[in-house]
Amino acid sequence: MSTAEPITPRAVGAGHARVDGPLKVTGHALYAVEHGSDEGVTDPLTAWVVGAPVARGRVVRVDAAEALAHAGVVAVLDHETAPRLTETGDAELAILQDDRVHFRGQVVALVLAETSEAAREGARLVRVHVAEEAHVADLDEGVDAGEAYAPEQANAGHETDWADGDLEAARGAASVVVDQTYATPHEHNNPMEPHAAAAHWDGERLTLWDSTQGVHPVAGTLAPLLGLDQERVRVRAPYVGGGFGSKGLPHPPEVAAALAALSQPGRWVRLAITRQQVFSLTGYRTQTRSRVRLSAEPDGRLLAVEHDALSQTSRAKEFVEQTATAARMMYAAPARRTTHRVVPLDVAVPSWMRAPGEMPGMFAHEVAMDELAVACGVDPVDLRVRNEPDRDPETGKPWNDRRLVECLQRGAERFGWAGRPAEPRATVDGDWLVGTGVAAATYPTLWNPDNAARIESRAGGRYAVGIGAVDIGTGARTVLRQVAADALGVDVEAVDLALGDTSLPMATVAGGSAGTASWGTAIVQAAQQFRADHGPDPAPGLHTVSTTEGYPDTEGHALHSFGAVFAEVRVDRWTGEPRCTRLHGTYSVGRVVNPVLARSQLHGGLVMGLSAALHEDGVRDPRFGHTVTQDLATYHVAAHADVPPDLSAEWLEESDLLATPFGGRGVGEIGIVGTAAAIANAAWHATGVRVRDLPATPATFVGGVRG
Amino acid sequence: MRELAYVRATSPDEAVAAVAGDPQARFLGGGTNLVDHLKLGIATPGTLVDVSRLALAEVEGTADGLRVGAGVRNSDLAAHPVVRRDFPVLARSLLAGASGQIRNQATTAGNLLQRTRCVYFQDASTPCNKREPGSGCSAVGGHDRYNAVLGASEACVTVHPSDLAVGLAVLDAEVVVLGPDGERRLPYDELHRLPGHHPEHDTTLAHGELVTAVELRRSPVARRSTYEKVRERASYAFALVSVAAGLELADDGTVSDVRVAWGGVAHKPWRARVVEDALRGEPLEEERVRDVVAEELRDATTTTGTAGKPAMLAGVTARALTRLAAPGPQVEEAGR
Repeated sequence: MSTAEPITPRAVGAGHARVDGPLKVTGHALYAVEHGSDEGVTDPLTAWVVGAPVARGRVVRVDAAEALAHAGVVAVLDHETAPRLTETGDAELAILQDDRVHFRGQVVALVLAETSEAAREGARLVRVHVAEEAHVADLDEGVDAGEAYAPEQANAGHETDWADGDLEAARGAASVVVDQTYATPHEHNNPMEPHAAAAHWDGERLTLWDSTQGVHPVAGTLAPLLGLDQERVRVRAPYVGGGFGSKGLPHPPEVAAALAALSQPGRWVRLAITRQQVFSLTGYRTQTRSRVRLSAEPDGRLLAVEHDALSQTSRAKEFVEQTATAARMMYAAPARRTTHRVVPLDVAVPSWMRAPGEMPGMFAHEVAMDELAVACGVDPVDLRVRNEPDRDPETGKPWNDRRLVECLQRGAERFGWAGRPAEPRATVDGDWLVGTGVAAATYPTLWNPDNAARIESRAGGRYAVGIGAVDIGTGARTVLRQVAADALGVDVEAVDLALGDTSLPMATVAGGSAGTASWGTAIVQAAQQFRADHGPDPAPGLHTVSTTEGYPDTEGHALHSFGAVFAEVRVDRWTGEPRCTRLHGTYSVGRVVNPVLARSQLHGGLVMGLSAALHEDGVRDPRFGHTVTQDLATYHVAAHADVPPDLSAEWLEESDLLATPFGGRGVGEIGIVGTAAAIANAAWHATGVRVRDLPATPATFVGGVRG
Repeated sequence: MRELAYVRATSPDEAVAAVAGDPQARFLGGGTNLVDHLKLGIATPGTLVDVSRLALAEVEGTADGLRVGAGVRNSDLAAHPVVRRDFPVLARSLLAGASGQIRNQATTAGNLLQRTRCVYFQDASTPCNKREPGSGCSAVGGHDRYNAVLGASEACVTVHPSDLAVGLAVLDAEVVVLGPDGERRLPYDELHRLPGHHPEHDTTLAHGELVTAVELRRSPVARRSTYEKVRERASYAFALVSVAAGLELADDGTVSDVRVAWGGVAHKPWRARVVEDALRGEPLEEERVRDVVAEELRDATTTTGTAGKPAMLAGVTARALTRLAAPGPQVEEAGR
């Protein structure tokens, strides 16, 4: 069997409590560097990263004498003494292999010591002598130097440029034009658990306890770097303290842990980076600039959509945020043009952060839509309804089930949108200027092939289900059990689920809102194959392993999720302080496997979108080249007091069997999409100050609150 | 491991002797700031002299006010009924700062002696005159949103981070200091200093001098006082600007006494005496307050990141004073 059949939902759709909740809240769930002798991690060394003190140059010499003289320090690895990698083509991962410094904070030495205190002090005592070279760490400086270029493709394989229709004619026919530039800052994924790993090399095999969104992807990346067969790399990640994309791909901390272990055969090495190092070594969302030009009829119907996206990447490694891709499919328009340009700088390597592309892109696009609504005198909800495409504008394919209009209308009703004054500054409540705003959300239905699952019958009618998937806090451990139970036709209590280990069948990354869909499909297929192989009442000890080749109908249909976000924002008329006081999202995400956990995901996305709207700002000092707001006191993420008292997420009852055999699509990312735009639009409605740069802070409004 | 000695002092005199005689020794109070500095490698004391268990943790009534022991925890001080009744600005400034957990740990003197959160001060890899005199000021031309707009020098443009410190600035307060030569008292206004050529010194205290108490005198302006803070998130954020204000109105409604101090604008709490002098004897009106704030800020220096501070100061000062002037009981503002 190469394709799973739809299942009858019984456990799927029920709000089962998070199965690992009690372990987590009692501190019994162990994270990467917490594993001890119970799991064989005995007498570990601690490794500490020494970061490059300049943004660009050459390491002349690493003077480790003082560090090595320090009690407890065992070794200092540098580019001359570290074990050699077999593959060095990826300059982000090829740490300690040559003397080049690509960005400030890059790993230039590793200190190994008997204790974490000795390792940290040893790192402070390492003297890194560098030949510094002139660097560029500022986007404008790179642009002015003519360094912006068109990449071969954007993240996730998206086309760099894509256009359709007769743009000149459409522009010429337009009577209303919005033409503005929107900016989002560097944003840094800050999971509670910083990136960490414990590694062991026994001369034959490398074993890692890792903090990652994918054990097989880590093994699959590290093995060729180290010149090993993948079977000789075992990676485990039973519990992970969040990732938000930053643990989706291996980053230097994992390579550092592996090199440290290779240098000390037979000895465990633990490496946990500091919060400050998270800001330079684990990826981040690049700043973006979007020029959006909407050309429209007087009634707001779009004639042309243009989105030119600019971002920056590291000279060490290209990463191109796919900022303009949502503009290709979001609304109907006879003509369209989207481009991506990128500037390479001497800076840390950007990477995935929750909804790469859609998040900054839909901020720009959806604020532009609000500006168009104002320019046309059309209600912002109606404007979006008027521009509803009957097919995917990008591919020409029919939609799987595009229900954006329902999301908008139902959300509007739930939020109390009707009767909203069209004019800004229309509502004052005491010291507060009050406004409301809306934005649409979208996220593609991604699905990763080649996942496999193992089903084994056990005594007493129980089943062991194994897949290498990682639960990074999303609830995968709970929802996959529900999927498995329905696929096998048994109660969830009869399913023993094993996750997070490369010794289990292959699983792809917990990312792209594709985890539950991809892994769940593999489990369904394996369960159905098991029944075909062994029948409804198998003897204990029988098993089946099955690998998925394909499920979603991407040939015949364009698969996307949609949503509508509504926000109320209050801005203090004296100080310009903005606060989001109501936030609601209505989503179309297919069948929700677990309403409790899905709501957590959507709430988390909404709050993270709020955080991007009003708080998060990775400030790079271009003179030095690194992010100077590099801790949680100076890099603001929304605090509990910033979360609106009235926060809600709901979804349409539906089942999308084009997407998965259980009818669900992903919920991990769509919550962050559009949210910043809804809040920015509400802030405009409150104050009349148009927000085109994030984050919007008191400084954004204080000049305008007095009218 | 970097070794350091830890001494638990049994008396204030012993603590002072231990620190005064050792240039590498430091007092340890609640540790909420100093322990961070140890981890960041920006403080490298040889000895920590723990003063947190000395008998300095009492709030006592005095003939004309309160004596607040240096070791009183921020949470306890904010919750003290007499503080809430007679010195509401203190309770409000304390509650505007940090988080519940930090306030449970941090002490009165430690709060006043905490060091700047300037990102360059806290990053040992960048120049900072306050951390390393003569190395340069990275905040000039750098991340400037939290920089000073008044009283800065070429050597240092940072601000004092404490909310409590600003709250105290509008009270009649004295700092009680124990040194090797005995006790001295200084007016609160003389505790903190502007950076000048020596930003490495936050205060006028000599090495080894221990703050043992802060003494407060009751007054009408203290009783009718408040603290309001403009910040980039609703909790756990330092002030962009803040205002401490106290007000006394005459029977005809004019201002008989007023105190205004600002946070987030200078290396020390900025007592806005131009504002105070101009408002005394006048009816309190929003526009007038805004005008005199502009007057006080005539010599302010702003950069791109601090360009909004004058308007924020005008707004928050006008809001605080207007609310204080409103008849009826002062209402606790949630979330500020």
